[in-house]
Amino acid sequence: MAKAQGLTWTIDDADHMTQAEIYGETLTQIGLKDKRVVALTADLARSTKIGKFEEKIPERFYNVGIAEANMIAIAAGMTEAGLIPVVSTFAAFASMRAAEFVRTDLCYQKRNVKIIATHSGTSFGQAGTTHHCTEDIAIMRSFAGMTVIAPADAYETARAVAASIEYPGPVYIRIGRGFEPPMHKSLDFDFEIGKAIKLRDGRDLTIIATGVTVLQAMEAAERASQNGVSVRVLDMHTIKPLDEDAVREALLDTRRIITVEDHTVIGGLGDAVADVIARSGKGCAFKKLGYQDCFSMVGYYEDLQHHYGIDADGILDAIGVVLKAEFEQDEDWEDEI
Amino acid sequence: MLDAGERKRLKTKARELREKIIEVTFTCGGAHVGGAFSQHEILVALYYKALKIDPKRPAWEDRDRFILSKGHGGVGHAVILGDLGFFDPALLKEFNKTGSPFGMHLDRLKVPGVDFSTGSLGHGLGLGVGAALGARQIGKPWRTYVVMSDGECAEGSVWEAAMAAGNFKTTNLTAFVDRNRFSLDGPTETLMRLEPLDKKFEAFGWRVLTIDGHDFDQILDAIETARAETERPVMVIANTVKGKGVDFMEDKTAWHYGGLDEATRDAALASIRKSK
Repeated sequence: MAKAQGLTWTIDDADHMTQAEIYGETLTQIGLKDKRVVALTADLARSTKIGKFEEKIPERFYNVGIAEANMIAIAAGMTEAGLIPVVSTFAAFASMRAAEFVRTDLCYQKRNVKIIATHSGTSFGQAGTTHHCTEDIAIMRSFAGMTVIAPADAYETARAVAASIEYPGPVYIRIGRGFEPPMHKSLDFDFEIGKAIKLRDGRDLTIIATGVTVLQAMEAAERASQNGVSVRVLDMHTIKPLDEDAVREALLDTRRIITVEDHTVIGGLGDAVADVIARSGKGCAFKKLGYQDCFSMVGYYEDLQHHYGIDADGILDAIGVVLKAEFEQDEDWEDEI
Repeated sequence: MLDAGERKRLKTKARELREKIIEVTFTCGGAHVGGAFSQHEILVALYYKALKIDPKRPAWEDRDRFILSKGHGGVGHAVILGDLGFFDPALLKEFNKTGSPFGMHLDRLKVPGVDFSTGSLGHGLGLGVGAALGARQIGKPWRTYVVMSDGECAEGSVWEAAMAAGNFKTTNLTAFVDRNRFSLDGPTETLMRLEPLDKKFEAFGWRVLTIDGHDFDQILDAIETARAETERPVMVIANTVKGKGVDFMEDKTAWHYGGLDEATRDAALASIRKSK
């Protein structure tokens, strides 16, 4: 298996590892090489798998107890010593309980701290709304200077974690609970923060997906193709800074766009894409899939994805709707933007 | 114990800087003058005696770190940094003005000599724990000093940080509570009781020293004691007077934040010059 840029580790046994375990292993490998990297958690070493770092590098591991705000402040303080703190806790607590600390201590002060937020979206299905997090993309992307990434699977998480260490300033990496199926087949693909991955080309419609929904988008695209519909799929792993060129290209080429995210449709990927479309001045058939301004119910993750229409079935339904939608098309692309 | 000349030097400096704080408060339209005066001797003792810093190299990596957790004391902090030559003190004429590098809460990316941007209360102690742990992690001897307000101790995050400092035994961290007994809406003990504050920090794993926060000998002795401590971080509860040094401001909630007209400025300067 090929080695990916920035990593010495090939995930030969990835089939036996969960997404969260792979990020834990990746971070540990990075930490063994780079003494600037320290890991922190707030009593979730085992749940977030950052505990793998603790096993190998206990002298650079800090468990601050159940105190997420303080964890962020401590991480910010540690950067004074030239360290690169990587903190991990559940997305709900990283983005909401500790929000003002992330904003004021990390973003405002330009502190080089990386946040790995696990159990995002409704991935912690049975735990219910207190442990779901469908707001974090909106919150984090509103902070000046924050980079927001939602990797599609374990491989992409490994690449994102490695890339974030070399990327300046605070970075928020949002992953699921860690049991999500793989999207990629290996670590060997082009990954660059801020650059969408075109997983599949198409003429009729573009699905722009992020995080766990990328795999669902690919399945929906495949099923649509069996009915003669040509669907482009963009893996928009970085929501901020958004790859606006990729959005504009999709707009020009297909004029029909669906966004999908395991997140509220308010302030997330969908709104980021809508903003680009609106500024372009071009007509476009457009639909945002995600949680429609509601708190999510309890259930198995797969059931919830289906219920809220962000799985392959829901995306396929949306494709049908958006293909039929009418809009004013302006053929002259050069006169605007 | 300070020798007499040293004590006199610090007292003279403190008086001179108080006058400058009044001048800036006058020109900028309003400042947190009450809290700037209660914290004043602690900052003067640190900056003119205790801290290992170099105004010519504000980013010197082996410098001691200072965090004004009560960021609203920024006017007092800025006047000291200007006086030490971190920047041209004439720039303080711009304090609070639109587009100025100086607002009432100082920004580390805009004001040379400021290690941490503060203003939101309850952050400084956690930042300090992190800086102290960072220094220990890389094996550096620099120390971290935090000055908190007493009112801010109502923030839960102060106690998260206090617990962590005790737990991690950050003996390279020294913190002060500027115990002037007032927050914005009134006396701390009638608004949200803090006492027994010393016992609270002790229970969280700190060695607590209680001093007169306007007495240079006591402040510097506390700093020395903290440097020598090998088991626990040291919290210095510094009993202070809000508005200290200006007779009509002392212990007045109204002077938490205020502006000055010419007559009030002159009266304040006269009061400072009268003091010994």
